[in-house]
Amino acid sequence: MADAAIDPRELLPPDEPVHLLDPDGTYHEDPDHPIDLDDAGLRELYRLMVVTRKVDREAINLQRQGQLGVYASCMGQEAAQVGSAYALADEDWIFPSYRELGAALVRQVDAAGLLHLYRGTWLSDHDPYKHHFGLMSIPIGTQALHATGFAMGARLDNNPIVTMTYFGDGGTSEGDPHEAMTFAGVTKAPVIFFVQNNQYAISVPLEKQTAAPTLAHKGVGYGIPGRRCDGNDVLATYAVTKKAVERARRGEGPTFIEALTYRMEAHTTSDDPSRYRTQAELDEAAKTDPIARMRNYLQQRDLYDAELEQAIEDQAKEVASYVRGGIYDAPHGDPMELFEHVYVDPTGHFDGQREQLRAELDARGEG
Amino acid sequence: MAVTLAQAINQALHDAMAEDERVLVFGEDVGKLGGVFRVTDKLQETFSEDRCFDTPLAESGIIGTAIGLAMYGFRPVPEMQFDGFTYPAFEQIVSHLAKMPNRSRGRVKLPVTIRIPYGGGIGAVEHHSESPEAYWAHTAGLKVFTPGTPEDAYSMMRAAIAMDDPVVFLEPKRRYWMKSDTALPVQTEAPHQAVVRREGTDVTVFCYGPMVRTALEAAEAAADEGWSLEVVDLRSLNPLDAPTIVASVQRTGRAIVVHEAAQTLGMGAEIAARVQEHAFYHLEAPVLRATGYDTPYPPAKLEEYWLPDVDRILDLVERSLAY
Repeated sequence: MADAAIDPRELLPPDEPVHLLDPDGTYHEDPDHPIDLDDAGLRELYRLMVVTRKVDREAINLQRQGQLGVYASCMGQEAAQVGSAYALADEDWIFPSYRELGAALVRQVDAAGLLHLYRGTWLSDHDPYKHHFGLMSIPIGTQALHATGFAMGARLDNNPIVTMTYFGDGGTSEGDPHEAMTFAGVTKAPVIFFVQNNQYAISVPLEKQTAAPTLAHKGVGYGIPGRRCDGNDVLATYAVTKKAVERARRGEGPTFIEALTYRMEAHTTSDDPSRYRTQAELDEAAKTDPIARMRNYLQQRDLYDAELEQAIEDQAKEVASYVRGGIYDAPHGDPMELFEHVYVDPTGHFDGQREQLRAELDARGEG
Repeated sequence: MAVTLAQAINQALHDAMAEDERVLVFGEDVGKLGGVFRVTDKLQETFSEDRCFDTPLAESGIIGTAIGLAMYGFRPVPEMQFDGFTYPAFEQIVSHLAKMPNRSRGRVKLPVTIRIPYGGGIGAVEHHSESPEAYWAHTAGLKVFTPGTPEDAYSMMRAAIAMDDPVVFLEPKRRYWMKSDTALPVQTEAPHQAVVRREGTDVTVFCYGPMVRTALEAAEAAADEGWSLEVVDLRSLNPLDAPTIVASVQRTGRAIVVHEAAQTLGMGAEIAARVQEHAFYHLEAPVLRATGYDTPYPPAKLEEYWLPDVDRILDLVERSLAY
């Protein structure tokens, strides 16, 4: 099944992560990672990151108001998500974990609907086939296999699409991503494993998660090239992913990408990060903020002015307000829907339980 | 024409693949070898390596990729080589395969049929003789079928593959070589229905999969004692065909459940509960259970002492009739 044997040196991640933008916005050209975006595309990356942060902040507020049961923030990871997701074509598929708000917004998934999982109204409220965006997955790393199977299907069907799956540094400790990489390597499935290394799995830091030199080295054992990028540099995450997409589309198989980033917020709103990391560390991480960096770059290129800032800010507020409304107004599901969609053909199932709930609702005057 | 249960499943897989090119068969050793029990014999030769392929040795990977393939639009029929090797795939089956259609409010359909050879009685090594059916039957979102005859093996497999719901298809491995005089293709009752295999008036024996034949043998032996046993083959463990179960007990007034799996919280507990809920006033005796013991499955040389057999069933018949 494998074509020419791959040179093991080709699989090794480079010593330095791909880095194109300095925190002050200075751009370093890298001939191996050209940026094929026009001015509108560059502004769009920035806009998506700003909107992501605004919606993320709104979700945290909603949780504090008791409107969401819990929420997993992606603050600080906007460049990793937006840049990578933007490198895919619309027909390509994304298989996310529960933290990929930025990637979801690139895919125009309704953000209010996405939050229904945390709201407790629906478990998943977007159509994966419309957005080519899979269901959010809470069990860690398990979605890597779904992305791989989907990519295997595309390859069997001679459909030149690519899948990408996100998981975190903690996810690389689970078994499923490794089984996924085994399958993907053997079948040359067009799948990209995109790891956002945000330095912590809840409270456990990277050095207690792995003894590997870098996470990207994990691809090597499966015959998958390991690549690294500065995950707070949206041009780097875009360019490195784009290269992996092109490789997969050429039929050369999977790529494992490690994006080095930092989780600015708590793991979820139930977490207390002050127990395991210092304010000094957080202050240091804030200096590499992905949004400020891209803004600096756009300014240097004269692609950014007060008018654009205002327009993007207004739009972000509008989306956040829409999300707030969508959460406040989210209907509680019809209790009778408990029995819907468990089976396509529920022949003989539920044996009177549906009638029992109906009777209970009637007795409560909710029938 | 004599056909074994294994041949019937092989023919069902063949016919399903011939009929629908989206049907894929994969797992460990299912390709060139044709499966360790040869159930997938010649499928790769007939349908190419694209449609019947050997996977890496990774059970979670087999089921997790089956989910992705099904989302793409295929109808995967993955094999778990043995019952005791299914556990690494437990999370993918329970957390994703069973729940994703519901989580997506029906937008995602997962027509996956997981084949699992199960049960003991063949002198196998440890981890090759387990009866994990209660795990799957307990999981909402899955359907769990197990045939007890070659005819059902063919017909129920075809039905399972044609279904848009995920199915755990438990194959009684000690009956792979059991023969029937039958011509395939054959269509038997819908898989969610229990079937009365032998009519009787004194005691109903509920059984499924490998124990169907044992129960019929017990009924034969019981007849020599002058006892008339009704044998009901459940066929589907989820859903359970409660109407057929209850109607039989209403006729006989007595019930025994037979299964290989350990007793505590096994299928027998559920059948006993259903019977007492719906046929309490018809019962002449408590519902009794002839099962494996609440111990790990024993080494092969001791399995004959562990597995329920004709004698264990007849002892319970006698007890039931004594009430």
